[in-house]
Amino acid sequence: MDLTLHVWRQKGPNDKGKLNTYKATDISPDMSFLEMLDVVNEGLIHQGIEPIAFDHDCREGICGTCSQVINGDPHGPQAKTTVCQLHMRQFKDGDEIYIEPWRSRAFPVIRDLVVDRGAMDRLVQAGGYVSVSTGGVPDANAILIPKDDAETAMDAAECIGCGACVAACPNGSAMLFVAAKVGQLAKLPQGRTEAASRVCTMTDAMLKEGFGNCSNHYDCEAACPKGISVKFIAQLNREYLMALPKAGKTKA
Amino acid sequence: MILDGKCPTGSLADKWDKHRQDLKLVNPANKRKFKIIVVGTGLAGASAAATLGELGYKVEAFCYQDSPRRAHSIAAQGGINAAKNYPNDGDSIYRLFFDTIKGGDFRAREANVYRLAQISNAIIDQCVAQGVPFARDYAGYLENRSFGGAQVSRTFFARGQTGQQLLLGAYQALSRQIAAGTVTPFPRTEMLDLVLVDGHAKGITVRDLTTGEIRCHAADAVILATGGYVNVFNLSTNAMGSSVTAAWRAHRKGAFFANPCFTQIHPTCIPVTGDHQSKLTLMSESLRNDGRIWVPKKAGDKRRPQDIPENERDYYLERKYPSFGNLAPRDIASRAAKEVCDAGFGVGAGGRGVYLDFGDSIVRLGEDAIRTRYGNLFEMYQRITDENAYKQPMRIYPAPHYSMGGLWVDYNLQSNIDGLFVLGEANFSDHGANRLGASALMQGLADGYFIIPYTIADYLARTSPGQVDNTHEAFRQSREQVDEQAGRLLAINGRKTVSEFHRELGHIMWENVGMARSASSLTEALDRIPALRNEFWENVKIPGTGQQFNQELEKAGRVADFLEFGELLARDALQREESCGGHFRTEHQTADGEALRNDADYAHVAAWQHKGADQTPELHKEPLTFENVELAVRSYK
Ligand SMILES: Cc1cc2nc3c(=O)[nH]c(=O)nc-3n(C[C@H](O)[C@H](O)[C@H](O)COP(=O)(O)OP(=O)(O)OC[C@H]3O[C@@H](n4cnc5c(N)ncnc54)[C@H](O)[C@@H]3O)c2cc1C
Ligand code: SF4
Ligand code: FES
Repeated sequence: MDLTLHVWRQKGPNDKGKLNTYKATDISPDMSFLEMLDVVNEGLIHQGIEPIAFDHDCREGICGTCSQVINGDPHGPQAKTTVCQLHMRQFKDGDEIYIEPWRSRAFPVIRDLVVDRGAMDRLVQAGGYVSVSTGGVPDANAILIPKDDAETAMDAAECIGCGACVAACPNGSAMLFVAAKVGQLAKLPQGRTEAASRVCTMTDAMLKEGFGNCSNHYDCEAACPKGISVKFIAQLNREYLMALPKAGKTKA
Repeated sequence: MILDGKCPTGSLADKWDKHRQDLKLVNPANKRKFKIIVVGTGLAGASAAATLGELGYKVEAFCYQDSPRRAHSIAAQGGINAAKNYPNDGDSIYRLFFDTIKGGDFRAREANVYRLAQISNAIIDQCVAQGVPFARDYAGYLENRSFGGAQVSRTFFARGQTGQQLLLGAYQALSRQIAAGTVTPFPRTEMLDLVLVDGHAKGITVRDLTTGEIRCHAADAVILATGGYVNVFNLSTNAMGSSVTAAWRAHRKGAFFANPCFTQIHPTCIPVTGDHQSKLTLMSESLRNDGRIWVPKKAGDKRRPQDIPENERDYYLERKYPSFGNLAPRDIASRAAKEVCDAGFGVGAGGRGVYLDFGDSIVRLGEDAIRTRYGNLFEMYQRITDENAYKQPMRIYPAPHYSMGGLWVDYNLQSNIDGLFVLGEANFSDHGANRLGASALMQGLADGYFIIPYTIADYLARTSPGQVDNTHEAFRQSREQVDEQAGRLLAINGRKTVSEFHRELGHIMWENVGMARSASSLTEALDRIPALRNEFWENVKIPGTGQQFNQELEKAGRVADFLEFGELLARDALQREESCGGHFRTEHQTADGEALRNDADYAHVAAWQHKGADQTPELHKEPLTFENVELAVRSYK
């Protein structure tokens, strides 16, 4: 099939950036969206034009690197699908496709479709871990975890840190991402001890990094390729309210 | 030169404990004076960086992705082994050791593999303590499943996302150290050279992938944990950025490359559909627990699988290997698939596929049980192929997956260069000729959490900290070389894209050095690779400049290295006149087509020394001695 692409081109963080139009011809429905862009890029290189820069690595929906807004939707039109797992059979011959980078104050553009998501790492550094050093831990079966709790923790742990939730949110909030980490660790005995300080330091960090607040649009859940549920945001709020009296904000 | 792996003497079970007692320690107050560079933040690198940071060393951690959390370890699906014997089915450290050494076709060091089995249990404890949500039963205990090549259930898993969860555990431990200031992260930074001062590894030269800046970092020791090289085949299950670059540049600086021809082909990948395919997706091997593999009994049978009756199906693995059946090890399952396809029984477009059928299991266990076990894999399969595997069998075919070869290291995980340590898939050490499933994750974490903290201390205790900084002459030279290579690549301005060269190289490798190799196919590869390499340096086209985010330039550097490394891989395969594990020489097989090892002449590690571009590398051998296991024929019948 043949398609018309309108792609955001921006040379660097300080460049203005604009949409350029390219033709994608002879595209097979079996190609992934990124393979389609590979083909377009090879064509551009042959013409001596700089190819479209985009982030990707595993190409199997798990590393969370790929990040493109396709026709207004982060990761494109198919539910619970990363761009690398989106296949061209989701489009029709003759379609016009708009491709843009993640948009959020906290994610400056590096080039074209590539943005800097370092802020998400800093959210985890603020407390998204269990403070255990290597060695000297009890036998794994000494910590019993009810199956349902382990499953709920795993539901949250599936987050791939792609940032689509932020890109989809009208407030640019990272609430779903943070809620997934808080929810996972709070559900497990190992993570419970630090649950109060964790929720406080991570929410503080969110404000510092320039992410917006959650005002319950649920666009995050709709865009999330891993189907992380907004119920974890509710849990985050509960954890936060529980933490306030303890004012556990002392942890660095 | 006869290489010494420096394995401790004494009884197998006591070697590591005794060795640990003998290793020197670094005084706690001195640790912060030492700086350690860790290149790679996958399971091996992140666990090492976090643990060394915890201990008080100053650590700099590098990766080419935008975040350490995205390292390729994240893609591992199936699980991680440990000898916990929780299911009470007869497992033990010795049995895990034995299965692993046999699985590697007796081409790994006994001492290393035994240590790996010993440490495996501590890994599970560590990861649980970090909050890794492994699968649990209703009583709250950990669950296990079985994996190819083993008859006990010793595999721990977190849905189909074990690697992701283990990596996030290590990444979180790393993040804690970054917050504490012991580890400084350098994401989007690619190592392009190793810097030696007086024969010791003292730093690296990197390119900041965002700005293009070429920079040098000095340290007291360097750890490479940069993953595997099977992208030399172009199409593989590895991530797009996975490359041999870090290891190859260290090789050029004198680090020996061991057993490069040992590559693992994974039997359960989604088959190739077209020329523009960029990678092959792995379907977890755990699927083989409940899926049965078959092809039609009639060659070229074009009927839909549902229409082929039971008695017209050939369950060839169950037929040929009755005791392991669908769980036969990867090399055996892969070759068996290639054989039936070569003989015309393959299914799907192009006939390069076999069925993996869940029909029986769905009848026996119900669709819901299968959905709980493998739901995400079925979804992934549907997205890629547009087929519903609950209704019709999956189509699978082998694909390059894992590299057992890598930089040579001794028992301390130190390469032949003082101060250069290599961990995880980037080293050659524990897997012999054929890695079994669920053992790479184990090795990465054993290396990073539990081995390197001890062994690197022994090296550091014998040096004084901060001997050089990056103004040293050796760094200047290295920076100039790296700069010069980038300039040369950009100036060629030829007519072919980097990807075109990579596809051509991949084709040569897969056809001649793939699942089966012969003297003539290898000679052909050794002929064609240098020619392609020469063409690359005259005809590649890379737009843009070096002083910018330039993904084509990144790729070009990696493909340039593959074009040199592919030749070494083929050379190693030609040298090894035997079949073992993932290395199958058609000249060396038994009457019924099984791998024929030659223990008299090839029970050794082949370690290659670089002698300069376009020079024949020199082969060094490390003999492998087996004191505790008998070198049996590896039979899975
Ligand atoms: C699809 C798939 C499924 C798998 N499933 C399993 C399984 O179920 N069980 C199992 O045991 N094993 C499995 N494996 C194998 C296992 O995942 C890997 O062998 C293992 O994770 C490798 O870990 P690593 O830390 O050595 O390297 P990686 O995780 O590959 O990390 C490499 C790191 O090095 C960095 N790097 C590389 N080159 C450079 C450079 N030049 N400069 C800077 N940084 C660099 C990268 O950025 C990255 O951080 C699977 C592999 C794949 C591909
Ligand atoms: S919550 Fe979903 S959308 Fe947000 S980072 Fe995680 S996986 Fe991506
Ligand atoms: S490239 Fe890894 S999730 Fe898309």
